[in-house]
Amino acid sequence: MRDPNYNFGYLDERTKRMIRRAILKAVAIPGFQVPFGSREMPLPYGWGTGGVQVTASIIGPQDVLKVIDQGADDTVNAVNIRSFFARTTGVATTTRTGEATIIQTRHRIPETPLAEGQIMVYQVPVPEPLQRLEPRAAETRSMHALADYGLMHVKLYEDIARYGRIATTYDYPVMIEGRYLMAPSPIPKFDNPKLHMSPALQLFGAGREKRIYALPPYTAVQSLAFDDHPFEVQRWPQPCALCGAADSYLDEMVTDDRGGRLFVCSDTDYCGRRRSRKEAA
Amino acid sequence: MYVAAKGGERAIRNSQALLAEARRGDPALPELSLEQIRQQLRLAVDRVMTEGSVYDPDLAALALRQASGDSVEAVFLLRAFRATLPRLGYSEPVDTAAMRLWRRISATFKDLPGGQVLGPTYDYTQRLLDFSGEENRPAVEADCAGEASPRVVDLLDHEGLIEAQQPAEGDPDPGDLTREPLSFPAPRALRLQNLARGDEGFLLAMGYSTQRGYAHSHPFAGEIRYGMVEVELVPEELGFPVVVGELALTECQMVNQFAGSKSEPPQFTRGYGLAFGQCERKSMAMALVDRALRAEELGEAAGAPAQMQEFVLSHSDSLEASGFVQHLKLPHYVDFQAELELVRKMRERSAVTHA
Repeated sequence: MRDPNYNFGYLDERTKRMIRRAILKAVAIPGFQVPFGSREMPLPYGWGTGGVQVTASIIGPQDVLKVIDQGADDTVNAVNIRSFFARTTGVATTTRTGEATIIQTRHRIPETPLAEGQIMVYQVPVPEPLQRLEPRAAETRSMHALADYGLMHVKLYEDIARYGRIATTYDYPVMIEGRYLMAPSPIPKFDNPKLHMSPALQLFGAGREKRIYALPPYTAVQSLAFDDHPFEVQRWPQPCALCGAADSYLDEMVTDDRGGRLFVCSDTDYCGRRRSRKEAA
Repeated sequence: MYVAAKGGERAIRNSQALLAEARRGDPALPELSLEQIRQQLRLAVDRVMTEGSVYDPDLAALALRQASGDSVEAVFLLRAFRATLPRLGYSEPVDTAAMRLWRRISATFKDLPGGQVLGPTYDYTQRLLDFSGEENRPAVEADCAGEASPRVVDLLDHEGLIEAQQPAEGDPDPGDLTREPLSFPAPRALRLQNLARGDEGFLLAMGYSTQRGYAHSHPFAGEIRYGMVEVELVPEELGFPVVVGELALTECQMVNQFAGSKSEPPQFTRGYGLAFGQCERKSMAMALVDRALRAEELGEAAGAPAQMQEFVLSHSDSLEASGFVQHLKLPHYVDFQAELELVRKMRERSAVTHA
């Protein structure tokens, strides 16, 4: 039931319009970070305020919302954000990837392939892929304007020189349509290939840093690499202990204090549906 | 076991109930009234109003009670509420020269028009814990007059000894950083907005650093004044200003040395601090940091942290800082798993090469 004390989606309509304008600009320039007048939300900065503002600006009464954190629908932050929207919009929520029209996520892209008409909303802590190399926003802005990304290539090269491989495992930098360097948010690099030519609209909201960026459907997204050090994703020596999937990203559970480990799907919807299909068969 | 590793809606509801219980304490004791908080914890209320950017002592008291007295949490509650309020209009600039003073001191002149008014302050108390409570309260002999007197810096201004601060050509409206994101370099009006909302502890440390050789600028506390000012608004249909209310403010004007340049004769420069209620530590620290941030404009070498706009303004907000530091409490299983996988792989490789 929707709480009548708040506007639909919590934000007032003028704020939504301001955010929608930023989203439209972001869609028009894929990978470019659009500054927006981020508002203080009733949840802390760094906990998804950017994603929440994006979702609040695009959601309508007919939408079906799924919220995941670490791939799971029942982690604390996902539960909180889902109940926030249930309270302020009254829309239907789901855990099924296929049924959702909007999926707000922190740190994962679902294993089930996305479809046209779906919208992914990513919560972004640090929208600037160059921030750890150059903390001054005035500098990185001009680096983007000049497409001057040498600093990032040098960083990746230094990884190879020092560790024998690129030592970035999540928030792995991507090039958008050969123009803008973009932070895909802290998804594991395992998920990077799903960004490429996705039929879904992908929106990225960074509330604390006050930036929105986007990938329209079917955008070319390339993970940075070198000819002799091609891009690779994580692999596990064993499948999911619960559903047997060999193609999904696995979480590690510590089962005892003697080195016992259990590897299970991080995507709870994918894992659960595979298990119920197996039981039915 | 698998399910226990996840949050779950019931666990969250239980956590909220436990918080409510811990916040309330022993139910046999009466709950603090908002009036008690306003009257007896007024400096806490003033800080929450200042950093929360809402002048409303009742709401600030409510926020403090709900936050169990944690000022950063109370500021958060007030800001989130503020974000939902519509803008009815912008007031005229407040005239702090017309302030009805409860306290006014200057460290630069022994006596001056209006005199030194000590007012209510901890400055001249001996910091001994007072176990006697109410009984020991001294009687008030002379009440604060509540009269206006000229600003100290204006007295220097008559002689041209201090930089003139005239509004820019055409007096453009200042930006509003609660509506538009800050970009760098930021004009002074926006810097001051940021500092006014900034965390007192952060500004205090930054201001302190300027006194210890990092961006030294020889400050003197020209004046600190605390009192009431009127707020005026020009309603469109009337076309002239009407008083819509009063604010308690603390204003600090720091007077700093400046050697002069080719175009400017030697003169004093200013650093400015302003806060709701009585927030002297905050407004003094703000004035020091404001002056340090003017380094570039005044042609000074800008290498100290307090002189770096992006460094100061991007890290001053307690909401942003507290949120992002504490987001590390959220689950990071996925990214940690990615790092584990990498470290294990790298160790395998080094075991092979070292074998």
